[in-house]
Amino acid sequence: MRAAIVVFPGSNREADVARALRLAGADVVTVWHTETTLPPGTDLAVLPGGFSYGDYLRCGAIAGRAAAMDAVRDHAARGGLVLGICNGFQILCESGLLPGVLMRNVDRRFICHRQLLRVERADTRFTSAYAKDQVIDVCVAHGEGNYFADPETIARVEGEGRVAFRYCDATGALSVDANRNGSLNSIAGIYSENFNVLGLMPHPENFVEDLVGGTDGRGLFASLAA
Amino acid sequence: MKARIVVTLKTGVLDPQGKAIEAALSSFGLEGIGGVRQGKVFDIELAGTDRAAAEATLRQACEKLLANTVVEDYAIEIV
Repeated sequence: MRAAIVVFPGSNREADVARALRLAGADVVTVWHTETTLPPGTDLAVLPGGFSYGDYLRCGAIAGRAAAMDAVRDHAARGGLVLGICNGFQILCESGLLPGVLMRNVDRRFICHRQLLRVERADTRFTSAYAKDQVIDVCVAHGEGNYFADPETIARVEGEGRVAFRYCDATGALSVDANRNGSLNSIAGIYSENFNVLGLMPHPENFVEDLVGGTDGRGLFASLAA
Repeated sequence: MKARIVVTLKTGVLDPQGKAIEAALSSFGLEGIGGVRQGKVFDIELAGTDRAAAEATLRQACEKLLANTVVEDYAIEIV
């Protein structure tokens, strides 16, 4: 597995996701946003978390139109894997690679806490190391994670089984309390039509070491590296 | 020529910031405010003098970057 992490001005989680990928056995390089191609042999393009361009205009709006995103779009069109975490998910939505938009959290607050997620399916390139309906313990840290799309888009995404993760409680049940940012249908992450692009707000890369409180995030990187 | 572009949230899209501003205004005791929606204003200097060309350019600017048409509408005014 060769991963290329695209770094924008204001990205700040590239080192964490690089470390998580290397722990899983991937070769990792970083690519500056002005590059017009990804390194030859790239299997996975990663858009890390952070605050690209200071979240100016809209979160991910300016990064979504960066030169490197044309290369990421081509990579995705060829069936290459793309992972966007937090700001990376916002960038994927702004770039048109994923439908919908991440709006301001419903209570207007930046939220930063541990978060349980339900794995909606385990038959994708991103989740094969998990079990379907498994509850994993990771964390969230965002001000704009409130997933929104028009009713037709939501119906299509749901109908095609493209929800990757939902915010849930310890039993895997969905509730308003577990869905702190107010996302429609408790959506925490979604896939593209061909299941080769995943965007999610939570940070699995934070939880790959017992030292920092958990390892439930490892499954995502292990799935990708498998 | 100058232009002003106003970007607003579409009807029905939740606007937590607008709600917070509305609550703040009502906390001042201001009466008669039925609702607040927050948007963005872009004041743009135009180099040419061709209004139609400018409008086409500004429309592209809105579609490509200034508005996220999933949740936002835009209005272009050339002054």
